Amino acid sequence: MDHWFPESISTYGADVDGIFHLIYWIVGFWFVLTLGVLLYCVVRFRRRAGVPASHIRGERWRELAWIVVPAAIVLLLDLGIDAAGARVWDHVKTDLPPGDVHLAVTGKQFEWLITYPGPDAKLGTADDFTLNSQLHVPAGKDVRITLRAEDVLHSFFLPHVRLKQDAIPGRTIDMWFNATRPGTWELACAELCGFGHHTMRGTFVVHAPEEWEQWIRSRAPSA
Amino acid sequence: MSHVAAAAHGHHPEPGFWRKYVFSVDHKVIGTQYMFLGLVMALLGGASVYVIRWQLAWPESQIPLTGWIPEPAMYEGHLDPAFYNQLVTMHGTIMVFFVAMPILLGGLGNFLLPLMIGADDMALPRLNMMSFWTIFTAAMVLVASFFVPGGPASAGWTGYPPLSADAQYTGVEWGLNLWILALALEFGSFLMGGVNFLTTAINMRAPGLSFFRLPLMVWMQLTAAVLFMLSVGPLIAGAVMLLLDRTLGTSFFLPARGGDPLLWQHLFWFFGHPEVYVVLLPGVGAVLEVLPAFARKPIFGYRAIVYSTIVAGVLSFIVWAHHMFIAGIDPRLATPFSITTILISVPFAVLLFAMIATLWGGSITFATPMLFAIGFLVTFLVGGVTGIFNGSAALDIFIHDTYFVVGHFHYTLFPTVFFGGFAGIYYWYPKIFGRMLHEGLGKLHFWLTFVTFNLVFLPMFRLGMGGHMRRIYNPLNYEFLRPLEPVNQFVTVAAIALLVSQVPFALNFLGALVWGRRAPANPWNATTLEWATASPPPHGNFATVPTVHHGPYEYSRPDTAADFVPQHVPLPAPPAAEAVGAAGI
Amino acid sequence: MAVATAAGRDEARIPSGKLAMWWFLASEIMTFGGLLAAFVLCRLAAGGWEEQAAHVSTRIAAFNTALLVTSSLTMVRAHEAVDAVDRRRVTLNLLATVLLGAAFLGVKAYEYSGELAHGFTPWAGPFWSFYYGLTGLHALHVFGGVVANAALCAASARNRLWPHLHHRVEYVGLYWHFVDVVWIFLFPLVYLS
Repeated sequence: MDHWFPESISTYGADVDGIFHLIYWIVGFWFVLTLGVLLYCVVRFRRRAGVPASHIRGERWRELAWIVVPAAIVLLLDLGIDAAGARVWDHVKTDLPPGDVHLAVTGKQFEWLITYPGPDAKLGTADDFTLNSQLHVPAGKDVRITLRAEDVLHSFFLPHVRLKQDAIPGRTIDMWFNATRPGTWELACAELCGFGHHTMRGTFVVHAPEEWEQWIRSRAPSA
Repeated sequence: MSHVAAAAHGHHPEPGFWRKYVFSVDHKVIGTQYMFLGLVMALLGGASVYVIRWQLAWPESQIPLTGWIPEPAMYEGHLDPAFYNQLVTMHGTIMVFFVAMPILLGGLGNFLLPLMIGADDMALPRLNMMSFWTIFTAAMVLVASFFVPGGPASAGWTGYPPLSADAQYTGVEWGLNLWILALALEFGSFLMGGVNFLTTAINMRAPGLSFFRLPLMVWMQLTAAVLFMLSVGPLIAGAVMLLLDRTLGTSFFLPARGGDPLLWQHLFWFFGHPEVYVVLLPGVGAVLEVLPAFARKPIFGYRAIVYSTIVAGVLSFIVWAHHMFIAGIDPRLATPFSITTILISVPFAVLLFAMIATLWGGSITFATPMLFAIGFLVTFLVGGVTGIFNGSAALDIFIHDTYFVVGHFHYTLFPTVFFGGFAGIYYWYPKIFGRMLHEGLGKLHFWLTFVTFNLVFLPMFRLGMGGHMRRIYNPLNYEFLRPLEPVNQFVTVAAIALLVSQVPFALNFLGALVWGRRAPANPWNATTLEWATASPPPHGNFATVPTVHHGPYEYSRPDTAADFVPQHVPLPAPPAAEAVGAAGI
Repeated sequence: MAVATAAGRDEARIPSGKLAMWWFLASEIMTFGGLLAAFVLCRLAAGGWEEQAAHVSTRIAAFNTALLVTSSLTMVRAHEAVDAVDRRRVTLNLLATVLLGAAFLGVKAYEYSGELAHGFTPWAGPFWSFYYGLTGLHALHVFGGVVANAALCAASARNRLWPHLHHRVEYVGLYWHFVDVVWIFLFPLVYLS
């Protein structure tokens, strides 16, 4: 079923997918068990002439235990899922690394404005340049992005990185990722932002690290 | 306390047509009116599905049967992207607020509550009538929004600002204002209803009907009423704020004017999460009534169910930000909300296990109500387990705003409204209309619905895993979504089949009104009080106030010859030599 | 045919009308609570809005507080008079409540007109949005209470309050006290902080 996910190209993609798998196996077990018991009951306890139903009320502990104990086990497994999830969440969303490359992204109806730091590798200087809906990053480096929105809510979604973050006008929100290999993928908007929401697509290009500087220089405004 | 109604009740002039059938204060008429409203609005909600799904499956095609829709919504059979957003918005709004709540709470709740507690009507009958006409007005306002310039609301049923707060972002001016107004009226209607349900259940129970002898449907309706009453306030505040932002230029939600879009989300979801349980619980209540009747055994764990429901209700107030993990909240809030969210699965696990345990050792017959009840159990199980995926903040990073979420909530809402609701409709139709539905058509309706429902929504988890976003007019715009298009097409075909599968129900529902076999008072040999009076019940419901002697699910007792003992019939006296266990009485 | 009736029954020993009013007030607490909580949190996050907030008139609001609190007092008196079946006192106290409530609204209108004239409109900034939203919603509720009390006052004056409506004085009283309590929270949060 792994092939149902988009190809994973980030350092934390496998972690996020891992949470899916953890939950899948745990709930899958309970689903099969519960459905099995249900189907068994539906077949086994069909009305038979002369066989009355059993008058079980489920009020005594001996009977209630059959549902309370499984529920308690569900609770423990739930907490385990949360513990695993918390680690991944913190890694992606709370503990942001300082970042080797800084970009600024602004969502607006209906495009992504992506600002690059230019050859001096610093955002906010004269050699910055902005591209429309084209996200370029180097492979193997921590990319830190400051996300903004100009008008309405948008959501920055890189499916192959397993990253999503809503962009809010009036706020700046930082996020990060590290793409593991070069190639071309896509950027999508994942928050309804108007009639052009479906057109807010960006190309997402991961460059080989040695080509990155060259690409930056080729796009920077001439000095 | 003297009451006008009490003084000369039973001896008043026959009301005219309008007071009897239109502006009636009789809860049975009002309940029926709510149910009809919900079923008619379901046609509108369902029709929108057809267009939406066709667009998703064949985005560049002309959509058949839409020639009557004028420009700019449709242009030569092609759907306008703005109208797509409007249809998506209206689908959600209509289904939650004008189908689910009217059928389950206004319809079944209104009809059943006084009957199940042995009362002649609600505590406040005129307020009841006002509540129906308020939601009727709300529905008219919402339908009217289709016809104003700019068309209806288009910012999703969740209406997030800034998109919803300033017409410049959507091109929709009056449509969104009317949407807010319709919701405000709907909230008012259910506030009135909630006040009535709670007051009635607290004050007007028959002698002997203590709280722990109430049918579980009543518990569910009451819990839903409390949840609604206590959660809707902040959204009413929010709706007023949104309307002011739109019309007066205030600064609640618009950052350009100093406002905060996230404020809306908090207000909306503080209500929104309890709201899904407001919708869920009555559907569960219907299933909880049907299961014992058709398994011929008591509900398993009555008290456990009551306590779990209350716990779930309380917990529902502290999970709301799981809808906002990605919204820009402080990331440190995500884990606490993940924990509270995942905790909610525990009472629901108890509930589901108890319902299945009710079948254990039963003597099960598969009349249509029971088929739908079992269908509920199967499909809600999927809904429940997929909730775990969504509740984990880490995984939500990927699946938020994808079809995984859409699959999850359709596997919870649809089961409660349609499997639970249909279980209730098939079960209580004889009581409400005095006629029996056709069993063969009912079974056909069940199987068609069950199969097509799963074919529609199970693949959505596959779509979500592939990263397929929600509310996307044309998935083909994205390379990574193109391989998923056959799944979209499959879902669309199944969705059309699901819509068509409701035809047997419509034929049955309407046909039985005229040609259905006359229903006896208690066609199912059930125990609760509504079956202790005629079908349909006469004005005033009961000839004499019943006295309740025991709990609601005395089926297959070893000490009785009959396999059920109605609530108003005393149990056999215990043998003198030994004390029979209190057994929940 | 005599029909069984549960009307008039009160299993919980609380009359239905009173129970209904309490549930209604519970939902109203959530509405005003939500709006107030939003105000407080937004204000804290934004750093206080002191610049905007300085322009409200604490004096006018304090006067209004006195009017409203007094009207609650007259409402209590009206209720006591109902129990004592003293029609004249009921009518007079209800009238006083109505007049005090109307005066509150009048003062509010005067206050609004002054603020609007100075350019402090609802769209002048987030503080003002909340100010008009909170006090406006409250004023709407005061208006509703004034109308309800006026109807009861008229009924009392025409000797129609007994035997059926007298308990409504208590229920409307509950509502009126609630409206007063909302103001008790609103006043310091909007005017004094």
